[in-house]
Amino acid sequence: MLDRPAVVEPIDDDKIPATFTGNRGLDQEEPLLFEIGRLDATGVDIEAPAPVVPRLGALERSAPIGLPGLTEPETMRHYVRLSRKNYSIDAGLYPLGSCTMKHNPRSNEKIARYEGFADVHPLQPQSTAQGALELMQTLADWLMTLTNMQAVALSPKAGAHGELCGMMAIKSAIAAKGEGATRNVVLIPQSAHGTNPATAALLGFSVRVVPAAPDGTVRAEAVRDALGPDVAAIMLTNPNTCGLFEREIVEIAEAVHAAGGYFYCDGANFNAIAGVLRPGDFGIDAMHINLHKTFSTPHGGGGPGAGPVVLSERLAAFAPVPFIRRDGESLQLIEDADGAESFGRLTAFHGQMGMFVRALAYMLAHGGDGLAQASKDAVLAANYVRASLRDVMTQPFGDRICMHEVLFDDAWLRGTGVTTLDFAKAMIDEGYHPMTIYFPLVAHGAMLIEPTESESKASLDLFIATLRDLALSAKAGDMTRFTQAPRLAPRRRVDETLAARKPVLRWTPCAAA
Amino acid sequence: MRYHPLSEADRSAMLATIGVPAIEALYADAPAETLLKTPLDLPKGKSELDVERFFSRLAARNLPASRAPFFVGAGAYKHHIPASVDHLIQRSEFLTSYTPYQPEISQGTLQYLFEFQTQVALLTGMEVANASMYDGSTATAEAVLMAHRLTKRRKALLSGGLHPHYAEVVRTISRLAEDEVETMAPDIRAVENVIAEIDDTLSCVVVQTPDVFGNLRDLTKIAEACHKNGALLVAVFTEAVSLGLVKSPGAMGADIVVGEGQSIGNTLNFGGPYVGLFATRHEFLRQTPGRLAGESVDADGRRSYVLTLSTREQHIRRDKATSNICTNSGLCALAFTIHLTLLGEVGLTRLARVNHANAVLLAQMLADVPRVEVLNETFFNEFTLRVEGDAATLVEKMAARGVLAGVPVSRLLPGARLDDLLIVASTEVNTDEDRAAFVAALKESL
Amino acid sequence: MSDRRYSKDHEYVALDGNVATLGISDYAQSQLGDIVFIELPDVGRKVAKGKEIAVIESVKAASEVYSPVGGEVVEVNPQLGETPALVNEDPLGRGWLVKLRVSDPGECDSLMDEPAYSEFLKTL
Repeated sequence: MLDRPAVVEPIDDDKIPATFTGNRGLDQEEPLLFEIGRLDATGVDIEAPAPVVPRLGALERSAPIGLPGLTEPETMRHYVRLSRKNYSIDAGLYPLGSCTMKHNPRSNEKIARYEGFADVHPLQPQSTAQGALELMQTLADWLMTLTNMQAVALSPKAGAHGELCGMMAIKSAIAAKGEGATRNVVLIPQSAHGTNPATAALLGFSVRVVPAAPDGTVRAEAVRDALGPDVAAIMLTNPNTCGLFEREIVEIAEAVHAAGGYFYCDGANFNAIAGVLRPGDFGIDAMHINLHKTFSTPHGGGGPGAGPVVLSERLAAFAPVPFIRRDGESLQLIEDADGAESFGRLTAFHGQMGMFVRALAYMLAHGGDGLAQASKDAVLAANYVRASLRDVMTQPFGDRICMHEVLFDDAWLRGTGVTTLDFAKAMIDEGYHPMTIYFPLVAHGAMLIEPTESESKASLDLFIATLRDLALSAKAGDMTRFTQAPRLAPRRRVDETLAARKPVLRWTPCAAA
Repeated sequence: MRYHPLSEADRSAMLATIGVPAIEALYADAPAETLLKTPLDLPKGKSELDVERFFSRLAARNLPASRAPFFVGAGAYKHHIPASVDHLIQRSEFLTSYTPYQPEISQGTLQYLFEFQTQVALLTGMEVANASMYDGSTATAEAVLMAHRLTKRRKALLSGGLHPHYAEVVRTISRLAEDEVETMAPDIRAVENVIAEIDDTLSCVVVQTPDVFGNLRDLTKIAEACHKNGALLVAVFTEAVSLGLVKSPGAMGADIVVGEGQSIGNTLNFGGPYVGLFATRHEFLRQTPGRLAGESVDADGRRSYVLTLSTREQHIRRDKATSNICTNSGLCALAFTIHLTLLGEVGLTRLARVNHANAVLLAQMLADVPRVEVLNETFFNEFTLRVEGDAATLVEKMAARGVLAGVPVSRLLPGARLDDLLIVASTEVNTDEDRAAFVAALKESL
Repeated sequence: MSDRRYSKDHEYVALDGNVATLGISDYAQSQLGDIVFIELPDVGRKVAKGKEIAVIESVKAASEVYSPVGGEVVEVNPQLGETPALVNEDPLGRGWLVKLRVSDPGECDSLMDEPAYSEFLKTL
């Protein structure tokens, strides 16, 4: 393992003279667009409109909007400067557990911009978009093969939208059986993503929490105890949010089915098992797949994502519109399921085509073998981090094999005065984005690390060396390294209380005065 | 595999550290019968060149908007996007960063979201806006759910001018959430009497302007009627460029304004990803779905931005959250913001005028074509054409002549017996030649 | 000073005639951290014993406040809208939440008095 790398001495702010511009080295301050833009400036030259008699009735706008503009060079500088205040996966290891920050191949970006995909309208004649439909069908085939499921709904826009889709299909299936009035409870483990209970509640289900066993997984017995004629479904993440494989998943599926319920699997962590295990073999009924996690479409600072949902035979008929049907040589997009059991429509058009292109490009580049290797390398990397830090940090459920992410808690920090938050912020000064913290809720002071398959061994070793050094430093009582962190980032800690007590959510002319 | 840095030697060394003999041992918790014994029936990995070849072949089977005289709209619009927009959104720091949960190293994203929220608020004439939704249709559904929470009523009224797909999205979630919805009949000429339908059982009325048939609607009186009955007015738009020329929904009294932001900064993408815009009054902030970027200061007192009011959201509030949304449309919002920054008020106004003028020119030409009729009194850049015969067949015939003519209403409202209607959009990309080609292909195809 | 009684969920009630002033304990406010928003009930709302009466939000958490006694809301603290921090600064005084007309003053008897609550805190 590497020694701790040479790090520049922390900056002593007293010794740094104030600069005329307010900038520090390459870290440049940048005002708001509204402070530098001008109401008469534009970066787009547009020919004068043809003289016509307007057809706007009495609804032409008379008041100014107040939108400032910038010329093109100013626009470039403004947003390039803003970009430099962000961390990114391209710049460094981004160990956010449960978020899967892996490499985003640029070939995928190039392909998504092919005119034949990016410049095609969702409502132009289907005869002029057969390639797009073929692409969607190919993606659907890959997803069904990888999961051993019978149908795919492609239209969900993100993971949470996929959850909604899956749970809508389940609610519809229950209603079709005439059990709509009685089955109104969804079982959800404590460790679940917040989107699970939020989705269930959105559809009027009440949530019954299933406790986890001391080893961090859900026992079939606990599920059986919670089951009853009022249960519509279970929502279970596998591998779960503690980074552990749900060992009794097959038994859980059988128990849920025996009780007349459905099994919704949160597929956020599919990237640990793609190509190695098929969720359909566990006995699930529906699962969303975050293309922006498992299949590496870029996270883009919060989106867009895509959340196709694979469905079992029992739910396939309830899939939303639109869906694709093969009609001889050509493909047909069915946009209206008049008379069929489809539960309806989730979004205006057909889903996140731009993400489909990238995800399928990722799949083809990997092939079935490469996808399995990606999953295995992700699991290997997480276990390597676990094995390399287990003597200095603690794990809530003991030291055991994890999947693609490893969960630590803050037991090892007790008595040091350093919190999980402090530790995370200190990582920033070492050049790393922090791991996911305080999630899942079942671990006290949780630190969830997901290194992904994109890191070299040298990169992992440096990361481990840094975390070891920080851990030892915390135990040695070097408080300023933690409580004052970050000191070397574009900003020190931000006052979130102030932001929430007096919300300022937009620029206003008077506030600028 | 070019994306996997670990060598076999690395893997062996790592396994030794972990203390297991093989990677397979790490899957020991999976039920043995579920472990794949043979590889899946999927192709082997391909080189970058081969992957690109595969997609080039597929792309060649689609007709891109820029390769034909193009008049398709109805919720997504072809506009020219400056090259700098796509260059900027592909910067690593924007493209490959996560949701800005660590504000100290995410000020770039947080500041542009703050700018985006301000631009959306200004454009819609509202007090506050969120940091984006998936698209216009899901934003509309979220607006209805928010109105239910605010009014503690559970019934929405949808105008017959609302995009039929948007209406379907609202009806789907409402039916499954066991809320009520009433949808008015398709209203081609914007003559429906919404006000007569408003009573004190409604949580909200949803009206689109320009509506799906292209008509502009004055919302002022509907807003008054809503407020008299304790209901909210949800105003919807699908063409954000229209706001450069048309009175804002906020100025007409809307309580929640939602819309599709695709037409500023974002390509057509066969339907997604797009960016949903969501704006409302300050007093409704606590019931607003989605992320919000707010202003604060850091420990040194420097102005900073941070995600705020998170207690509304699913990761904290779980089953009591205002929405289940997590991932949104961050990068599409950035494209929107950069394009709108480049346009500025003068650029947007001029762009809107060019769009309007081009649509007026086309409508004038069509007025002279026998057996077709422009139905709209008013419109922005889109109008509805009544043709003799079946509009869907006409569109196919015109496509065969290389012209993408518009959206037959029957595609949006199958079974509504509106088969002779065609929605035609015209933006700044259309030239005199395009219009001439449209009219020629139309005459030949009728 | 009125007789203040505590629940195991760290709410207190102070009874004056049949009107109880309800708030959260000093321990509770310290556990919640900086309070940024408080959702208070409408005046006139009837609340059953043990049911949610308010929600207190800090930056990263939202916590329900349960009414230890049943009754009807007669007043809510008007200052908390502007200054939720009062609950941090003076939870037992200016940071009170709600005044309730209590339906059964006897319900207070089952709650802990000051010394009992202090003992209870030691067990946590």
